[in-house]
Amino acid sequence: MLRFIGRRILETIPVLFVIATMTFFLIRLTPGGPFDKEKNTTPEIRKALEAQYHLDRPLVVQYFEYLKQLLKGDLGPSFKYPNRSVNELIFDAFPASLELGILSLAVALVIGMTAGFIAALRKNTFYDYSAMSLAMVGICLPTFVLGPVLMLVFAIHLKWFNAIGWDFARDRALPALTLGFYFAAYVARLTRGGMLEILSQDFIRTARAKGVPTARVLFKHALRGGIAPVVSFLGPATAGVITGSFVIETIFQVPGLGRFFITSVSNRDYTLVVGTVLFYAVLIIFFNLLVDIVQVWLNPKLKFE
Amino acid sequence: MCSFICAAAGFVFLTGCTPPPTRVSIGDREQILHRGNGAEPQDIDPQTVTGVIEDHIIVALFEGLVSEDPHDLHPVPGVAERWDISDDKKTYTFHLRRNARWSNGAPVTAQDFVRSYRRILMPSLAAEYAYMLYVAVNAEEFNTGKITDFSQVGFKALDDFTLEVRLKNPTPYFLSLLNHYSWFPVPISVIERCGPIDQRGNRWTRPENFVGNGPFRLTKWKVNDVLVVKKNATYWDADKVRLREIRFYPVESHETEARAFQAGQLHMTYEAPLSKIDYYKKYHPELLRIDPFLGTYIYRFNVTKPPLNDKRVRRALAMTVDRVAIATRIRRAGEIPAYSFTPPDTAGYTCRAKLPYDPEQARKLLAEAGYPNGQSFPKLTIMFNTLESHKAIAEAVQEMWKKELNIEVELENQEWKVYIDNQRTLNYQIGRYAWIGDYVDPNSFLDMFITDGGNNQTGWSNKEYDRLIAEAGRTGDQPKRYELFQKAEGILLDEAPMVPVYHYVQPFLIQPSVQGWYPTILDHHPYKYVWLQPRAGNETQ
Repeated sequence: MLRFIGRRILETIPVLFVIATMTFFLIRLTPGGPFDKEKNTTPEIRKALEAQYHLDRPLVVQYFEYLKQLLKGDLGPSFKYPNRSVNELIFDAFPASLELGILSLAVALVIGMTAGFIAALRKNTFYDYSAMSLAMVGICLPTFVLGPVLMLVFAIHLKWFNAIGWDFARDRALPALTLGFYFAAYVARLTRGGMLEILSQDFIRTARAKGVPTARVLFKHALRGGIAPVVSFLGPATAGVITGSFVIETIFQVPGLGRFFITSVSNRDYTLVVGTVLFYAVLIIFFNLLVDIVQVWLNPKLKFE
Repeated sequence: MCSFICAAAGFVFLTGCTPPPTRVSIGDREQILHRGNGAEPQDIDPQTVTGVIEDHIIVALFEGLVSEDPHDLHPVPGVAERWDISDDKKTYTFHLRRNARWSNGAPVTAQDFVRSYRRILMPSLAAEYAYMLYVAVNAEEFNTGKITDFSQVGFKALDDFTLEVRLKNPTPYFLSLLNHYSWFPVPISVIERCGPIDQRGNRWTRPENFVGNGPFRLTKWKVNDVLVVKKNATYWDADKVRLREIRFYPVESHETEARAFQAGQLHMTYEAPLSKIDYYKKYHPELLRIDPFLGTYIYRFNVTKPPLNDKRVRRALAMTVDRVAIATRIRRAGEIPAYSFTPPDTAGYTCRAKLPYDPEQARKLLAEAGYPNGQSFPKLTIMFNTLESHKAIAEAVQEMWKKELNIEVELENQEWKVYIDNQRTLNYQIGRYAWIGDYVDPNSFLDMFITDGGNNQTGWSNKEYDRLIAEAGRTGDQPKRYELFQKAEGILLDEAPMVPVYHYVQPFLIQPSVQGWYPTILDHHPYKYVWLQPRAGNETQ
């Protein structure tokens, strides 16, 4: 297993190199620069600004300088927020995104797996139809609709929660529910499908015929295999909840990284763009690796290859 | 299980019946102002920033030589308790108050101002607002590197508490100009301790290093979350400051901000969303404020290429833009239809000339230009950056030109930076633009259209216009100056390198507990005159 992990980490290096290179050149080739503003600046000021950030050097020189800096773990200064480095911005903002992501994932797993499990057990009954209809609503209802609705009901009318902010524990509830609900819908459908497939297998029939109690059949024999599709989904889902929280962060004013990820491009904050892209790439690779390991643990027929 | 559910439901019911006090109600009690502030500030260094968002914070943290009256912004003593003006109105001598202090307790001296002005004018700092100081002798020469000896620039500390400023020309709006943050002092010795003084990104503006001389001091700055300032005990007029704390929230979405306001989390929003204005006008007019604002939304023409190089064509297009319809049916926040570039009553100046709405005359002009009833008129493109209201206005203008002049116009939506780049390089035909005055004087608007002016970006040039603006800059006689501006703006409207569409207003939501927040044309509200008056049931709607 250690060899497997080591190989995967080694494979990551060229991938990250390609991502950094492509992002570096693509963002710099995009029209408009970090110092373009509605109020124009004089050519002298523009030149001085470009000199401060080394943008006056040939692109290839800038690229190699950036790579050198990157090897030291330094993602450079932000163009938009000059008194902060990209490293600082990422590490200040990421904990909020991570917390929101973990809570959302917990919401998604608890609601989604419970709903999927019940739906599978009560196939083609009212419970099944209700759970799957709710799942369909979760998939179809965009977060930018659900978020404001939850805010209107629970923050503005009932006043149980704050509408915006990230100060208190209760401030996490509405954003995590909004983001988690969307993923819960997928989890519910995957759990239902996985469980139905397992429950129709011979070994389950055999266990039942041998008089194994239902609870034991379900939780000991069926669940482990039944949630395998959910586990496969967890890698991209985890990356999704952590990276895809831009809308939620905007609606609920969560001081997370998602907003930088989007606004850095429109600000042409070159270093922040490459920095956030690389950071998210590392996260996605890490979570996919984690999922591979868990999958092997769940299904011994798979091997670390 | 059943009892657990019942207990949970009971808890939820009880907590639902007794909602906790909101930020606003606590803030009212404790004099903590919660202000929605649009977006995350880039920095709070008054010499490197350029935005309104930063301005809202900087005026709490710094004070210039003069301050502003909260009602009409006329200059009142700030760090300078009085000043003398020479007979030729070119030399100002400021007498600084001896009890003015930085937040670290050090006195604010005349040398602090001179050193600050040197810093902002250093070419290596590349300060975008350095040009605001160009009214001083040799300031431009030093900033552009033509001279390197700062002693030749018109700033001199006569002693610790006397500062002399020599101007190139009499500048009637000079004292008002001093309230632009580019003229505020900065703590050079603190900046030096944190790194090179001409380096952007110097960390002196971080809360752990920060030193200011305003009524508040910086205590917390969490990116994308909140920036907190607290009352500064060393401020010379601290007794007058009634707010204990101000919290600035960088909420970019106007809709989110409005919901936070409704939930009692904000005393005021940065802006009211257009979609909510009618609702508040009808149901809660006491929470909606629409203040005047010194800005004009325009459509500008690239006059370097046909057919827009023909004045008759430009005037015809301008005269068929129905500004009343745009202001009342599209914007709907109380914007003023614009027939001149400078907003009415800009420091007592109102332009006499008008670029009227006159479709009949426009059709005649277009026919004279060789396009009777729009025949063989080439297809034009209106370019705008991505924003729903820009799109709506462009669609309306497209429809107006089709209906009145029978000409076809295409719309092109562009991402913000791409848009700016295309405007700067004159790679457009017709584009939207907006100009917000830096100070209350017609010059802040009219010098934009001088030949090769950095923000002209139309290719338009008129020697007589340039001469009039230059002459106005040399005279201190206000009536004569305004007469020169009248002539210049007359030329601008006659030549029509742009169409003024509407003059801005500032719509925002504000809790009735906020006192001392008066309508001012620059959206300046000196915080030392602001306080919170708690009253029952005032916070949410």
